[in-house]
Amino acid sequence: MNTDLLRILPETILVVAGILVMLIDASLPPRAQRRGLIWVAAPGTMLALWASLIQLRLDPGTAFFGAVETSPFTIFFHVLICGIVLVALLLAYDTLPRDSHHQGEFYALVLFGASGMCLLTGAVELLVVFIALEISSISTYILAGYRKHTGKGPEAAIKYFLLGSFATGFLLYGIALIFGATGSTQIYEVAHKAASAQNHTFIVLALMLMLVGILFKVSAAPFHVWTPDVYEGAPSPVVALLSTAPKAAAFALLLRVLYQMLPDLRSLWMPLLWVIAAASMTIGNLAALRQQNVKRMLAYSSIAHAGYLLAAFAGLADKGIAAAAFYIAAYAAMNVGIFAVVTLISGYDEHLPLVADFRGVLYRSPLLGSLLIFFLISLIGIPFTGGFFGKFYSFSAAVGGGAVVLAIIGLLNSGVAAAYYVRLAVTVAQKPENGMSQAALPVPQIGVAVGAALLFTVGATLWLGIAPEPILRAAENAAHALQ
Amino acid sequence: MHLILFIVFAGLCLAGALNLLLQKHPINSALSLVVVMTSLAVLYLLLGAEFLAAAQIIVYAGAIMVLFTFVIMLLNAGREERTLGSKAAVALGFPAVAAILAVIATVILKAQDLGSVSLSDGITSTEELSRVLFHELLLPFEVTSVLILIAILGAVSLARKGHGDQEAGK
Repeated sequence: MNTDLLRILPETILVVAGILVMLIDASLPPRAQRRGLIWVAAPGTMLALWASLIQLRLDPGTAFFGAVETSPFTIFFHVLICGIVLVALLLAYDTLPRDSHHQGEFYALVLFGASGMCLLTGAVELLVVFIALEISSISTYILAGYRKHTGKGPEAAIKYFLLGSFATGFLLYGIALIFGATGSTQIYEVAHKAASAQNHTFIVLALMLMLVGILFKVSAAPFHVWTPDVYEGAPSPVVALLSTAPKAAAFALLLRVLYQMLPDLRSLWMPLLWVIAAASMTIGNLAALRQQNVKRMLAYSSIAHAGYLLAAFAGLADKGIAAAAFYIAAYAAMNVGIFAVVTLISGYDEHLPLVADFRGVLYRSPLLGSLLIFFLISLIGIPFTGGFFGKFYSFSAAVGGGAVVLAIIGLLNSGVAAAYYVRLAVTVAQKPENGMSQAALPVPQIGVAVGAALLFTVGATLWLGIAPEPILRAAENAAHALQ
Repeated sequence: MHLILFIVFAGLCLAGALNLLLQKHPINSALSLVVVMTSLAVLYLLLGAEFLAAAQIIVYAGAIMVLFTFVIMLLNAGREERTLGSKAAVALGFPAVAAILAVIATVILKAQDLGSVSLSDGITSTEELSRVLFHELLLPFEVTSVLILIAILGAVSLARKGHGDQEAGK
């Protein structure tokens, strides 16, 4: 087969699977159940994952006149994104309302969005970056508004859409200025021109504008305000996806722009990201302390985790990129896992949204309760979980890059964060009150699909915490590919 | 001549954009957007980008704005109400925009050694354009179709009322 086509094989498979889901969905009788479409969506994602692994055999290089690239870096993120999407699909299969007609569209949107995210990690042409980012964003805007009957669903979607489009506008302005300054939008050519340029003011301005767009997508502080509202209003299975996969893709873009396109400006962007990392951690954690709603709390926690991750950007190229890539994998495993558990406990319609409502979950459903506590332990960053090594590598990369103070701020923040994670864990473990309300609650059912999803996330979190070497080596290979 | 045309249409463009923000009725805003789009097309023409100018008129001023006005009329949108929040947004937004504009303007004015990117001399032929579009930028061009597909799918899924909604909403 043509190598150009092989280099976009995972994206192609995801798009084809999405179109198949869409066509079958349209040809089914109106009253028929749409759940069975998972048998197209899930194998399609697995096939895309397999196709990404096949790309390991290709020599690293670009295709389509330098528009996309295959390298260990892109493969690392492709596998990660396909894994997240697979778990999110399985979770949605068991938790979306069974007779909803929107199930087919849901799967199709997830698959199309995944193709955009995969393409974003491989794009080395800023035009492709922009289009891929829009594909991933638009599909998540729509998914965020999936609970149309609630007041908060459409609110979340509209806020996300308006702010997201505004942020993309900044990114586009930045890309236009990059073209103005260097006469090219191909990342390698831009890197080449920027390295030999005498005067960097124009490129710096472009970089600032691009950073606004990208940091919005990873919900780093000052651009984080949308996160709690969107996470609260969007259905939990969607939040499991949108708090991880698009962020992983956006972080991949951030790594590429900073370390590959403009590495010479490190003395400029490093202090900037230092401040943003510290602000994200602190603002996220302090705000999370005050939240009563579980999903809002987890939203602020994800802002804080974006901060821990950005701390890795203070590191030098090889260590910093590897630490960031590893952290993304660890964060994705535990965050998808905890949102899967939260979905099962509070239900698709979220009849139990508050921390107080989680009281006695451990007694109602020992399995879910202990899983929730396990993921909370990983989010705190206790050894033998992925969260520990993620933070460890990130902070040691920061120290290696000379940002000792940032690592200390990170450690202090981890202490603050433990407070609200432990509060939720303790609530879960408390004996239920003898009131009627608790006894009347049904025990959440765990289906086969969601069981597999949980097994996968727990396994990944444990694996990253006990034997992180293989993933770390993959992350280091990814880091080498980017330099 | 070039300069006069530029000043006239750039001014018109800015005036239209400001009017777009300040008008209270959505229809007036939409019509101001037509002014912005058309004067932008003239600016493109002055830069020697004939194809872009024509596409701007046909696609934006023609198709998209017609759709905009249709939707506004069908929805029967009324006048905007000014709330405390929107007044605060105006009070903060305009200085913020002015500040960003000042920064960008300073950088552009100070940049001396900018390379010039020239569009081709004379009229750009369709052949040249299609070479860029279907050869060098083939992938972004094709991938845009996925973007449009998602937009359609999303519009359908947001607009349609499935009967599953009632059950889920109870």
